[in-house]
Amino acid sequence: MTNPILEIKNLNKSFGALKATDDVSITLNAGEIHALIGPNGAGKSTLIKQICGGLSSDSGSVIFNGQDLAGLDVAERAQLGLGRTFQISSVIMEFSALRNVMLAVQANAGTSYRFFKNVRTDKKLVDRAMAILARVELEGRADVSAAELSHGERRQLEIALALALEPKAFLLDEPMAGMGPEGSKRLISFLDGLRKEAPILLIEHDMDAVFSLADRISVLVYGRVVASGTVDEIRNNPAVREAYLGETA
Amino acid sequence: MASLSRETLLNIFLTIGMLALPFVATAIDEPFYITLATRVAILGLAGVGLNLALGTGGLVSFGHAAFFGLGGYAAGILASHALNYTPIMESPFLIEGTNQMLIIWLVAIIVSGIGAYLIGLLSLRTSGVYFIMITLAFAQMIYYFAISWPAYGGEDGLSIYVRNAFPGVNTLDPQGFYFICFALLMAGIWLSATLKNSRFGAALQSARQNEERLSAVGVKPFNIKLTAFVISGMMTGLAGALFADLNRFVSPSMLSWHMSGEIMILVILGGVGRLYGPLAGAIIYIIFEFIFGGMTEHWQFFLGLVLLGVVLFARGGVIGLIAGRARHD
Amino acid sequence: MTAALFFEQLLNGLQFGVTLFLMAAGLTLVFGVMGLINLAHGSLYMVGAFACAAVAAATGSFWLGLVASIVAAAFAGALIEMTVIRRLYNRDHLDQVLATFALILIFSEGCRFIFGSFPLFLDVPAILAGPITLPGGLPYPIYRLSIIVVGGLVALGLYLLIAKTRLGIRIRAGEADREMIAALGVDIRTLYTIVFALGAGLAGFAGALVGALQSVQVGMGEPVLILAFVVIVIGGIGSIKGALIASILVGIVDTLGRVSLPSLFGLFMDPSAANSIGSSLSSMLIYVLMAVVLIFKPEGLVSQNG
Repeated sequence: MTNPILEIKNLNKSFGALKATDDVSITLNAGEIHALIGPNGAGKSTLIKQICGGLSSDSGSVIFNGQDLAGLDVAERAQLGLGRTFQISSVIMEFSALRNVMLAVQANAGTSYRFFKNVRTDKKLVDRAMAILARVELEGRADVSAAELSHGERRQLEIALALALEPKAFLLDEPMAGMGPEGSKRLISFLDGLRKEAPILLIEHDMDAVFSLADRISVLVYGRVVASGTVDEIRNNPAVREAYLGETA
Repeated sequence: MASLSRETLLNIFLTIGMLALPFVATAIDEPFYITLATRVAILGLAGVGLNLALGTGGLVSFGHAAFFGLGGYAAGILASHALNYTPIMESPFLIEGTNQMLIIWLVAIIVSGIGAYLIGLLSLRTSGVYFIMITLAFAQMIYYFAISWPAYGGEDGLSIYVRNAFPGVNTLDPQGFYFICFALLMAGIWLSATLKNSRFGAALQSARQNEERLSAVGVKPFNIKLTAFVISGMMTGLAGALFADLNRFVSPSMLSWHMSGEIMILVILGGVGRLYGPLAGAIIYIIFEFIFGGMTEHWQFFLGLVLLGVVLFARGGVIGLIAGRARHD
Repeated sequence: MTAALFFEQLLNGLQFGVTLFLMAAGLTLVFGVMGLINLAHGSLYMVGAFACAAVAAATGSFWLGLVASIVAAAFAGALIEMTVIRRLYNRDHLDQVLATFALILIFSEGCRFIFGSFPLFLDVPAILAGPITLPGGLPYPIYRLSIIVVGGLVALGLYLLIAKTRLGIRIRAGEADREMIAALGVDIRTLYTIVFALGAGLAGFAGALVGALQSVQVGMGEPVLILAFVVIVIGGIGSIKGALIASILVGIVDTLGRVSLPSLFGLFMDPSAANSIGSSLSSMLIYVLMAVVLIFKPEGLVSQNG
């Protein structure tokens, strides 16, 4: 058996008396989509932050491609190939869609300390960014400022920014949130293909998306992984039905 | 070809005006105007430096007088040693004074760059109000140091008896010195435009708008901001060296919090983040000082009122009023 | 340094710290409640000092001057809060800095216009003039000792005000959540004016107290303002307790540093060099202290989020 790309081992984080994540262990293998579901306040956002480096863990470790990420900050983890999207779109509002992606492309190339060449006429940068925009079907909106993009378009831009990093694993935090039914459908089919490039840890509330995409599902309740398995196993797990699905049914 | 924007037209107008000014001043026999214009160019350059940190990077530094003064003292100290034929230090290696502007500028840039690096290293650990207060406090520290350090005049300051020299230009001629300062101002504006449009500039603007996103794509905002802060401090430091040469005098007042405020005011009067904002601001500031300063010794009272008006009602400064809202891309 | 001298300097440091606290308390309160950075706080300090000097000169009573300092600074504070400051609460810090910097220019030149550029002198009242003999036989100026006592009382009063009174509860609620307190039906505009005037009054009071020790002149407020910033950075922004601890720390470190560093360097240098290096470095000491705090506790000694 090959080693997992991303391995989260016994991760803990408490805020005072509240245990936001409680001994969480999750793995992400090459080529798979591992969905992480759970009711609001289950600790999903905290877990994402712990993986990405935005929040230090009380104990436990995150192993990425065989490397322990302890002590690395958000930027260093991103450089190693953790490509994330945010639950609430986080883009550079004054930049056009194109320049947002150009920023990610230059960051991925490690060339943010070039001081003289004008980025607008930097063909390599522009072409690469346009190609990525085309993948998320935003090429027609390349010159529109992020502030003027629609909510759904900004979600697409989020994905484009992650793509530009050519990550070794994707961490997608509710990519479907606020997308219309048509947009969701297209995003599902896009993510379906994306897993071949890099595995995806998918946090999602949209159960249709989760059940159609996930290879494995883990259920987080009150900071603990209460169940983990294939789609069918989770669907039929009585504990899950009670703790989570029962709530939404 | 796209038509020129009003802001570009204004910038061209300002450039031509600044170029023509010394000739006009000579023609109408008002040589003092050249000195005023030189002040405009120098303060404008100091503002261009601050504008890189403040406008492009969103770093509200209230301590840029530190770099302005460090540059000034670099010029004053080197020149005074050159005048007295005494080395600045003999061990571990010999450093002599000099009256060559090119060397002085280099030293001023290096010294203020080191100052900006050290202050930035500490103050950029924080943000917002903390950053403002800390930059202000560190500048005040250098101010007090200059006052209490007796070797270079302490509170009384240090005179530069003969203006330093530049190859091929008579710096004692006001016009000659003006064009040196103007050329450096233009170089500073060019540099800040170039930086803003570069990959570094993209990262810096992102650091201002959304640090979380910048980190998520793998760039450390701290390092980007520190680099910008150092470059910004260097430009303001160079302006300080010129200012010392203009007045042939350096004193702790160049390091005072009031100086920091002045540099910031002219950036704001012109328009934050605008390429020519600091120049426009410096022009207004100097004209204001010249006209109202001639009428009343309390001219700063009116400066306060105008500044208050600009902040409360005319955000975007003068260039904003003329050219309209900034276009973003 | 003898023990007696050390003790005297310790008291001087405490006295300095107490006056810094009077400045820093208002600043940090205004920042904590309204999220505003107010550079013009130093001007209110100056207004207090001038009001005290003018009234004391006119009436011959230092005490009336002292009352006038608080009233005048609080009034000036309320006035600028209602005309300028309240427009700045929702602005970014840059606008706040610029607008309050503009206020400094207006206050300073206004004061110079009224009182001229020459410093005024304020006499310590007869009852507080002269030294008192402390236990242990050390003579110490009564006036300075009174400042320490009064400052301590003000700190206690401020603590009680914030911890125990209705106004204090509202202030704390305002810090926690502006919309919440508005929803509770508290008139937030008036609350802000009161808080601002309270801070202004404290600054004016400090200005009057110090005015009698030094001199009363235009521009006296800003060096103290910057020291108060250092205090706030060290203490942790928005925290009265942090401001108190940091004020006293800064006051004592600065005072003792000025006395002891030159003699410390004198141990291994010739006296004149030791004196100049010692005094230059001691003027930087509190900023070094601030740098150290920033390295180890960037949020300040008393963190608001901890």
